[in-house]
Amino acid sequence: MYTDKVMEHFANPQNVGELPDANGVGEVGNAKCGDIMKMYLKIENGIITDVKFKTFGCGAAIATSSVSTELIKGKSIEDALALSNKTVVEKLGGLPDVKLHCSVLAEQAVKAAIADYYKRQGIDPALFIAGGGDSHAEHHCCGEGDNCG
Amino acid sequence: MWNNNNNKTIYLDNAATTKVSDSVLEGIMPYLQNEYGNPSSLYKLGQSGSRAVTKARESVAAALNCAPAEVYFTGSGSESNNWILHDKNHVIMSEFEHHAVLHSVRGKTSLLPVYDNGLIKVEDLEKTLSENKDVDFVTIMTANNEIGTIQPISDIGAVCKKAGVLFHTDAVQAVGNIPIDVQKMNTGALSLSAHKLHGTKGVGVLYAKKGIKLPPFIYGGAQERGRRAGTENVAGIVGLGIAIEEATRDIEAKNAALLKKRERIYNEVMKIEKVRLNGDLSKRLANNLNFSFEGIEGEALLLQLDLKGIAASSGSACTSGSLDPSHVLLALGLPHEIAHGSLRISMSRYTTDDEVDYFLKELPPIVEKLRAMSPIWNNNE
Repeated sequence: MYTDKVMEHFANPQNVGELPDANGVGEVGNAKCGDIMKMYLKIENGIITDVKFKTFGCGAAIATSSVSTELIKGKSIEDALALSNKTVVEKLGGLPDVKLHCSVLAEQAVKAAIADYYKRQGIDPALFIAGGGDSHAEHHCCGEGDNCG
Repeated sequence: MWNNNNNKTIYLDNAATTKVSDSVLEGIMPYLQNEYGNPSSLYKLGQSGSRAVTKARESVAAALNCAPAEVYFTGSGSESNNWILHDKNHVIMSEFEHHAVLHSVRGKTSLLPVYDNGLIKVEDLEKTLSENKDVDFVTIMTANNEIGTIQPISDIGAVCKKAGVLFHTDAVQAVGNIPIDVQKMNTGALSLSAHKLHGTKGVGVLYAKKGIKLPPFIYGGAQERGRRAGTENVAGIVGLGIAIEEATRDIEAKNAALLKKRERIYNEVMKIEKVRLNGDLSKRLANNLNFSFEGIEGEALLLQLDLKGIAASSGSACTSGSLDPSHVLLALGLPHEIAHGSLRISMSRYTTDDEVDYFLKELPPIVEKLRAMSPIWNNNE
């Protein structure tokens, strides 16, 4: 059901762990729904110099987390904010319909971490991120036929 | 390029399906090759098929302790459940029945609670029966498909008998794993499936006691006493006859061997931090264990096991194709996050000690790896 690319990221996820000196941390999803992603960013001069993640979730949740960290590492905040779940899905060679929400979660995790960075800088994240990047408040489970947008 | 070069298969998912036994395969081959006649045909070739179906019906009847005329062949256990339930008005069942039972009643349904040990209470059934005079049917599964717990079927049957209400049991997981006797179980109807006991897929049985109302389910032919039309799956039925004889033979000795393996798995797995067994340990099938590991999600666990060549199952939402984790585990009162982290191990008579060793060697590092990447694991400490 998963592409080789998904299985590659699942079997050997990239950038797993925590960043002790992270200056932007975002967590999305909830345990009730079966997936939580936590993203740690180290941002210097507007560039994401390091990124790590921790994920509780299915194969797709781990793979989308892993590929997202690869896609934003070394990129500017603007580029990272432009990361869409579609790009994540494309990079993985596709995801089953019931797993598309995992790619949305990955996009939200990146935005939540950047929002946290802005807050720590005393900047209102709503100026740059729709909804202020605060998607942790969601209590419904995303799934089939739900783009969670 | 990702490539799983692991050619090993350690099959620990026998509650999902089982491998066809050698004697079943050998026994069905003639009916796929030379003895291909239609059992309804009068010439020799047809009658050979008809005789084979009759013989298989007798084998099933002997295994269940009923009359051959009470055995109806169907296409699956799900079909058997659908058939017996579809015309009932008010059915009492447990809240963790298989979906083929839960979703088959067109009339009213009353659900009995399942307690944290994975069992229902007969008192609850008595109470529900006395409060609902319109109940015309009770169905309780003999053994649960996810956690393997075995219900007090004889007692349940006795209560139904006293109340004058027909009792059916979905014994798909039980037949071949525990002794079955429809007389002792006080059951008027029972469902079973061939592929759960080393027969082939696509064959089921509905046992229906003589005299109970059983309207036709498929129209257009005289097969199965005019109640289930369609040319018989002769090879599959022959295979079931052989499989059920094999599976119900020496059941005690087979279970003693399985219990030894199960005890070993249980003792080793319970050494892992923050793990729980789902369902009662003693009142369950000898081949079944179901654990929940805190901090990890079941599908990820299954995929990691698969990378090591181990096939098992989980009640996580991700593997159920729905948003909620298994209704069975939720019925036990497990929180969602614990239900998401479940792992079902189901052995068969073919499971070896070496396979158990391999599984026990591979599991702990996988749990550790997934917990190391879980954002909710440290929070538990």
